[in-house]
Amino acid sequence: MSFTNLTESIQLPRIIRVIPRNRNIEAWLLTFAIGLFAFELAQIQLSVLKILRGDFWLYFLPFAAASIAIHIVLRIRASEADSLILPIGVVLNGLGIAEIYRLDLHTVAVNGTELFAGRQILWTCLAIAVAALVVIFVPSHLFLRRYVYVSMFIGVALLLSPLLPFIGRTINGARLWIGIGPLTFQPGELAKIALIVFFAGYLVTRRDSLAIVGRKILGVRLPRARELGPIITIWVASLMVLVLQRDLGTSLLYFGLFIVMIYVATGRAIYVVVGLTMSISGALVASRVADYVANRFNAWLNPFDQANYDAIGGSYQLVQGIFGLSHGNLLGTGLGGGLPHLVPLAESDFIIAALGEELGLIGMFAILGLYLLLVSRGMRIAFNHNDDFSKLLAVGLSFVIALQLFIVIGGVTRVLPLTGLTTPLLAAGGSSLIANWIIIGVLLRISDSMGSGARNFGAVN
Amino acid sequence: MNKELRRVSIVIFMMFLTLFVATTSIQVLSAETLSQDQRNVRSIYDSYKTQRGSILVDGQPIAFSQPSDDLYHYLRTYTDPMYSGVTGFFSNYQGATGLESAMNSYLTGQNSAQFFEQISALFSGNPVTGASVELTIDPAAQKAAWDALGNLTGAVVALDPKTGNILALVSKPGFDANLLAVHSGVESTNSYNKLLNAKTEPLKNRATTELFAPGSVFKILVATAAIESGKYTAESTLPNPVKFKLPGTNTFVQNSGEGKCGGKATVSIADALRFSCNVPIAQLGILLGEDVIRAQAEKFGFGKKLSIPLSITPSVYPEGMDEAQLGLSAFGQFDDRMTVMQVAMMSAAVANNGLLMKPNLIENVLSSNLAALNTPSPSQFGQTMSPETAASVRDMMIGAVARGVSSNASIKGISVAGKTGTAQNGDGEPYTLWFTGFAPADNPQVAVAVVVANGGGIGQAGRGNSLAAPIAKKVMEAVLRK
Repeated sequence: MSFTNLTESIQLPRIIRVIPRNRNIEAWLLTFAIGLFAFELAQIQLSVLKILRGDFWLYFLPFAAASIAIHIVLRIRASEADSLILPIGVVLNGLGIAEIYRLDLHTVAVNGTELFAGRQILWTCLAIAVAALVVIFVPSHLFLRRYVYVSMFIGVALLLSPLLPFIGRTINGARLWIGIGPLTFQPGELAKIALIVFFAGYLVTRRDSLAIVGRKILGVRLPRARELGPIITIWVASLMVLVLQRDLGTSLLYFGLFIVMIYVATGRAIYVVVGLTMSISGALVASRVADYVANRFNAWLNPFDQANYDAIGGSYQLVQGIFGLSHGNLLGTGLGGGLPHLVPLAESDFIIAALGEELGLIGMFAILGLYLLLVSRGMRIAFNHNDDFSKLLAVGLSFVIALQLFIVIGGVTRVLPLTGLTTPLLAAGGSSLIANWIIIGVLLRISDSMGSGARNFGAVN
Repeated sequence: MNKELRRVSIVIFMMFLTLFVATTSIQVLSAETLSQDQRNVRSIYDSYKTQRGSILVDGQPIAFSQPSDDLYHYLRTYTDPMYSGVTGFFSNYQGATGLESAMNSYLTGQNSAQFFEQISALFSGNPVTGASVELTIDPAAQKAAWDALGNLTGAVVALDPKTGNILALVSKPGFDANLLAVHSGVESTNSYNKLLNAKTEPLKNRATTELFAPGSVFKILVATAAIESGKYTAESTLPNPVKFKLPGTNTFVQNSGEGKCGGKATVSIADALRFSCNVPIAQLGILLGEDVIRAQAEKFGFGKKLSIPLSITPSVYPEGMDEAQLGLSAFGQFDDRMTVMQVAMMSAAVANNGLLMKPNLIENVLSSNLAALNTPSPSQFGQTMSPETAASVRDMMIGAVARGVSSNASIKGISVAGKTGTAQNGDGEPYTLWFTGFAPADNPQVAVAVVVANGGGIGQAGRGNSLAAPIAKKVMEAVLRK
């Protein structure tokens, strides 16, 4: 038997011909992540109920199964995709479910009926399924580039849909939701992805003309007037969100995202300067014109002032969140040991205060560290990809996670005024989960086609 | 494009760094301040979960927490109202006073000395158990003081002059702290209001925070200052007219024990103290001057905050007096004000050769696993006078009890040093009656101060020797009988 015959005789099916080293690492990390989730649930039941109940499995199994399922999809369809992104997503999402379940147990104990954990698990499974569909049906990193202008329309439509009569809903003062019957959805979360796709496609084609600078005024080279069109359009759109939908966070998120993407595409710092000037002036004008912005600013600057604390829409929630965080101290009260229910909206807007209370500063650092790792994996894709569209897409998706986190946690910790954005992957809420898992799906998809992975794949074929 | 990406990475990193700093600031750096905010109910909820440590006297709990089947988990229980001036109360509605407040961090297990317990509690999931606090109180002396005061309003402090350990600390009428510790908010608040509005003011601590006119017990301080100055001895004589006209006024000072002050032209300082004569001491005060007397008063602790760890209100020696006021203040009138603790400290200093030990109520603090967290050792407050001066003042005080007007404190077979006081509080107001002293005079085991407020209920008819001295006698006997 010749050597050649030997290699031919062990021709294997394509999926396992490539040794999926990344997937094996991912499998180990995923085992750990799922184990951690089980540990969290068990700790909560033992701490709050004093016994381990059978319904542990009800909370554990669906999420564990969904996590394993998407891992298998990756093995088949994107075997060279980044190995850390999925496990980090699973740890964070699991931690969110656990804390929401913990808050539910308190609600049950005081005969409340508004429970969130079951819905959160359903939405998580659905979101992971959508992420799997992205991996399966987006065949390559260039696929999305075909839908740049479609994305723009989808994005704008989603963004503006809460303003429509009948389906638009106002919750906690912000008009960010659409609802049909009891089901509500925050379309802005999905709009951000569509808009990132649009920005990436648009900027790739227009980067050269955007990079040409015009006249020099006061020693600064300004962009040509007609190239300022898009940035002004986005600025006006952000202000519309601020005024019509009454949400400072969303407005800040879109504008910050666009500034970063245009800067990366053109390399012109002047866009950052112009952008910052516009956003600061916009915020100042808004704080004069819109009462709710002024209130938010006031509550942010003087939260402990008794008048602000007592005011409707004042600093009560912010101050209670800060009390919760400080109660956690260095080591936390342990899952199930704290009093996170004292903070209004602990399961959604203030989930980070609940986690900070029960896991302490150590837990807080671990959570922030995981996000930082997730974002840096996304940035790594942007660095290493050869294709400019994918680079912009990756930086957009990574930066949007980082910025959203900064706005939310910064709001809770008084770095910024409090806004109504959700904490990615942790907070209760279906739209946010679906959006963030789509981001994970897209990042996994683009990471599969970069660097050495692509070359290996080519070599085998 | 990678150059821009690097800069974006730096921006991202800075955003995270800001969050790291912000959370550290809230969760660790300002956690203490935030936990004390009135609007933060978490520390109150936490305190319910902890089994509060016991307060012990001679190994027996005088305040302890027993499990209860309600949201508060534990009920604070007090064994005897005679300790109310020591323990204070701990109530979910009225807060905490006394040692319950002063030792709260140990009792709740939140003291930094209990750090490792806090860590292990974190891992075991059980709340930290509070540490118990053992007191220096001698239960026999405490009971003797409580019983001897009977229905009088007043206070007793007994110290071990060699260590500063507090052997008895009683404030009358006292209260039943159980009435405030009850878990029913309505009951607790009703009881609290009743105590607050009672005429006898039982919530006041007459041993540690209430200031009284010291009357003649202040003469010990003036005599000490005189001898310590080196210009006088116990045998130095002063003019002794029947009446002494205060300089610049038409007010006359008289001796209270009319005629008893010898009736001669002059009298020695020793005899002036023995018979408690106002006329010579007023003159002595004027001769010494305000600054000399104040310096001596400050050595005894006047004007200083003291924590035993109950906080002691500083005693007051007035400032900027004219000669008439100086004369009055020399025998404990005018605006002199002393706590019972301060009077006891004065006697203790004389008893211990002039070396005043810092009064202390805490024998030790034991964690729930019996590790000693805090064992205060005797510490010096300061040398208040030379040993020679102390010996001289002691002999004068022995004379006052053995052959003078403080006779009711004498104990058969034991030499007692002491001084009575009967302070006036204005026209028609009842007197404040005092005794302070120590025994045995040659090897002091106990220094004591007794105050009977409101004239002991008989207006201006009572005297320090008739009402306060017998109480002190019983307390000293209780300590010495062992």
